Amino acid sequence: MQRLIFLCAFLYCIITNTAAQDCNITFKGRIIDFHDKTPILGASIAVINLNRYTTSNMDGVFEINNLCKGKIILEVKHISCETKQITIDIDKKISKDIYLEHHLEELNEVILKASKKTEQSSVEQSIKKAVIEEFTDKSLGDALKTISGVSTLNTGNAIVKPMIHGLHSSRLLIINNNVRMFDQEWGDEHAPNIDINASDRIDVIKGANTLKYGSDAIGGLILLRPKRYTVKDSLFGSILTSFNSNGLGGSLNSEIIKTYNSGYYTKVQMNYRKFGDFEAPNYNLTNSGVKSLNGSIQFGYNSFEKGFDAYYSYVNNEFGILQSSHIGNVNDLVNAINSQQPRVIEDFSYTINVPKQSIVHHLGKIEAYKRYKGFGKLTFQYDFQINRRKEYDLRRGDLKNTPVIDLRLFTTSLQPNLQIDYFNNLKINTGLLIRYQQNDAVSGTGTSPLIPDFDKYDAGMHAVGNYRLDETTDLSAGFRYDFSDINARKEYNVTDWQETYNYDELFPEFEDGDIKGTDIPTNPRFTYHNMSASLGLSKKFDNNILLLANYGLASRVPNPSELFSEGLHHSAARIETGLLTIGKEIANKFILSLEKNSNNFGFAISPYYKRINGFVQLVPVGITTTIRGAFPVWEYNQVAAQIFGIDINVNKKVSNNFSYSGSFSLLQGDNLTDNIPLIHMPAANFSNRLSYVNANLNQLTIRLSQKTSLQQNRFPDYNFFTYNATIQEDVFVDISSTPPSYSLFGMHTSAVFKFSNKGSLKLEFTIENMFNKSYREHLNRLRYFSDDLGRNYNLKLKINY
Amino acid sequence: MKITNTIKITKLLAILFISVFTFTACSDDDDDDHDHDSEEELITTVKYTLTNGSDVVTLTYSDPDGEGGNDGTYSPSEPSLTANTTYTGVVQLLNETESPAEDITEEVKDEADEHEFFYTSSGLTITKTDVDGNGNPLGVETSLITAGAGSGTLTIVLKHEPTKPNDGSSSSAGGSTDVEVTFNVTIN
Repeated sequence: MQRLIFLCAFLYCIITNTAAQDCNITFKGRIIDFHDKTPILGASIAVINLNRYTTSNMDGVFEINNLCKGKIILEVKHISCETKQITIDIDKKISKDIYLEHHLEELNEVILKASKKTEQSSVEQSIKKAVIEEFTDKSLGDALKTISGVSTLNTGNAIVKPMIHGLHSSRLLIINNNVRMFDQEWGDEHAPNIDINASDRIDVIKGANTLKYGSDAIGGLILLRPKRYTVKDSLFGSILTSFNSNGLGGSLNSEIIKTYNSGYYTKVQMNYRKFGDFEAPNYNLTNSGVKSLNGSIQFGYNSFEKGFDAYYSYVNNEFGILQSSHIGNVNDLVNAINSQQPRVIEDFSYTINVPKQSIVHHLGKIEAYKRYKGFGKLTFQYDFQINRRKEYDLRRGDLKNTPVIDLRLFTTSLQPNLQIDYFNNLKINTGLLIRYQQNDAVSGTGTSPLIPDFDKYDAGMHAVGNYRLDETTDLSAGFRYDFSDINARKEYNVTDWQETYNYDELFPEFEDGDIKGTDIPTNPRFTYHNMSASLGLSKKFDNNILLLANYGLASRVPNPSELFSEGLHHSAARIETGLLTIGKEIANKFILSLEKNSNNFGFAISPYYKRINGFVQLVPVGITTTIRGAFPVWEYNQVAAQIFGIDINVNKKVSNNFSYSGSFSLLQGDNLTDNIPLIHMPAANFSNRLSYVNANLNQLTIRLSQKTSLQQNRFPDYNFFTYNATIQEDVFVDISSTPPSYSLFGMHTSAVFKFSNKGSLKLEFTIENMFNKSYREHLNRLRYFSDDLGRNYNLKLKINY
Repeated sequence: MKITNTIKITKLLAILFISVFTFTACSDDDDDDHDHDSEEELITTVKYTLTNGSDVVTLTYSDPDGEGGNDGTYSPSEPSLTANTTYTGVVQLLNETESPAEDITEEVKDEADEHEFFYTSSGLTITKTDVDGNGNPLGVETSLITAGAGSGTLTIVLKHEPTKPNDGSSSSAGGSTDVEVTFNVTIN
């Protein structure tokens, strides 16, 4: 091989040298748009090695006369196109079509994307790297909460699930580096296993245009994206450390990036986070520590015509769960609700005891793309995820160190995608999806599994078209079809199967063998066909005013927990039961947004309405008595629901240095079937921020912020009475009433010090919950047991090099 | 340059794919053949045996299929004790889904400092007669004194990790409840 190359090179030299005399050749070229093959007028062409210039005519054609045999280097430039250099051997070729690419932003997304939307006609909001860095030692949910309309469902302060417009879990799609996260997101206390430090930007898409990723984004879509790097030789990185007074812990994040002129790039990122027991204003939250080790590696090649990207990330989280939240039966719950503080308060410690969660998540993907002239871009993506979740509880004897829940979820998918940009005003995005998922309830826990073993197959296809009607109007329309098949193996209690739920008559085909003792083996199998669609319109007006209107039809198949879960949930003192009769959930979503984007004065006003048929909710239905005493039974059921509300954001520049921003969210959720409010809906909240920024003085920034969450007065009353045998009377169990309104204040200061051309040091000092306010949030599942976090002083140091 | 680049890419992609499959293969190690466990921690039966010479009364609560399924049953349905008598009481917890039945009381005794039984009753006076390693009451063994004829209830509660020592009432002892059963009792 090598010899051949040498030989060729040798011959080539001889030929060029001997033939260098003939100097009356004319080279004829044509400049053509890569996408739609139209000729480009007015491109400047320079023969660099001869110092000669020309431009292309109406037909994109240019000529260069009086050339000698040999090599010429052409540099072709056109406004808004990528400058191209090509070498042509005049001896062999005297004419050539040259393709120029005018979608420069796709390559240099870093520069231009900062204020650009993911989808032209979609209602969405983004948080950028600077904000992500403020939350370096917190969770995805905490960072997203800065966006109006996003709230969180917490279990303590470390396990944080994002909610969009009151919807969470399976109704939110979380897309991490173009891979849809599957990390047993169905549980209320299962937070997404994501290290936000690996992302450069996070988008929250509330409106349409989510079809590329799935049919079930009833709540919306969260898109986490790593940075795309420019094509140049460079080595850079950063180290970010953070220290906190509350929890006496922090994090260390380090990343290093190498990019090459050839288009290759590689990035390595590591993050370690550790906290001990956090504290509420008046006491320690015993066993609320966090330990987390995360890392990601990215490697790829990026050029206009083709490229690939390989990504792997590892997330290992260990969360302590407030010790006082481990309770036995409903009487313990009553004691907890009635007592002002948690029953266990110990001295500060870094030790994480039971109850705790320990989760490891692997995510890997390979994506490759190629562009075809006059057609579009073909992308191929393979990804896999492994999620291993272990939950530990207080147990007896030999089982002390054995998890009560041990689940391993494996997901792998293949996604070819085709983006057609041949047409001038129309972009079509279409793709296929094939996915396989396997859940293994790992044996050895000494309990019957909460979620059974299952295999799930998905196949889907989508097509989305974006049409530019005129300079100010964009339209989009999309359609998606999905097929799902879920096949589970579960042993049911015979009495439950035959009498309580009447499954022996409803689903006789699922019975799989003879009754063994008190259990019957079954093999439930369901298939679903799902249709979803979206429509979007964006219209620009004068003064940077933009109007967006989105409609979405989303449908969601029930998740395994809604179908199969069965068992005692300790921290909630409740028995949760899924039902095989749960069907699909179908939502019609409407959202409008009127936006003005400007630094001096901007706003976004977004009202929305969602109507959901077959809305699956988990609500208390009665009480069961066990050998441990009485427990409320929470069962999944389906109702017709509506959720509507409005999100408002405002920003205003007061003077050169001072600026104000504020947001407001109001939401109402109704259970239309029972004519009562929906359970677990976020309360109205608003925030105000006043910032001082002095760009000339080390980018000194001082920001004061306030956030108020009002009491949720619209909640369904599921309170009940239970007989307490110890005191021999009925007691009232108030599980529904919501805690009062609260306001939190914070301060943030930062400054940047340059120490070299590329290098800088950023110092940040933040105070959270400045007045050490005691409060409880009704969307925190541990609100029955303890107050939320008290004051925290945080210091961050970031070195860029 | 072009050729070497292509080779480089192919090689890298090959390595990446291999590593992906290795990963998936490795994590298959803890796969199992769906041989699901029985409930090892389950308590199906609470037996409270009261003895006074040849007068032996056993109060039993039994829920053999555990949580869910059929409700538990009390036997005898109307246990009767003799008035003004002192009984020696022993409580026993069993998991009868296993054969032979597993005696959970042994586990409780092994971790006596983390457990405590509480007895609440109308018409009966119950005193714990055993202690844990720290000298605090445990409550597996008791002494029970009946008053005059009548009827009432007897509640037995087992707490895991209660505050020890405590004031003797289960509600102020904290901890999490592992057992809570209430018997109706007649005194003749």
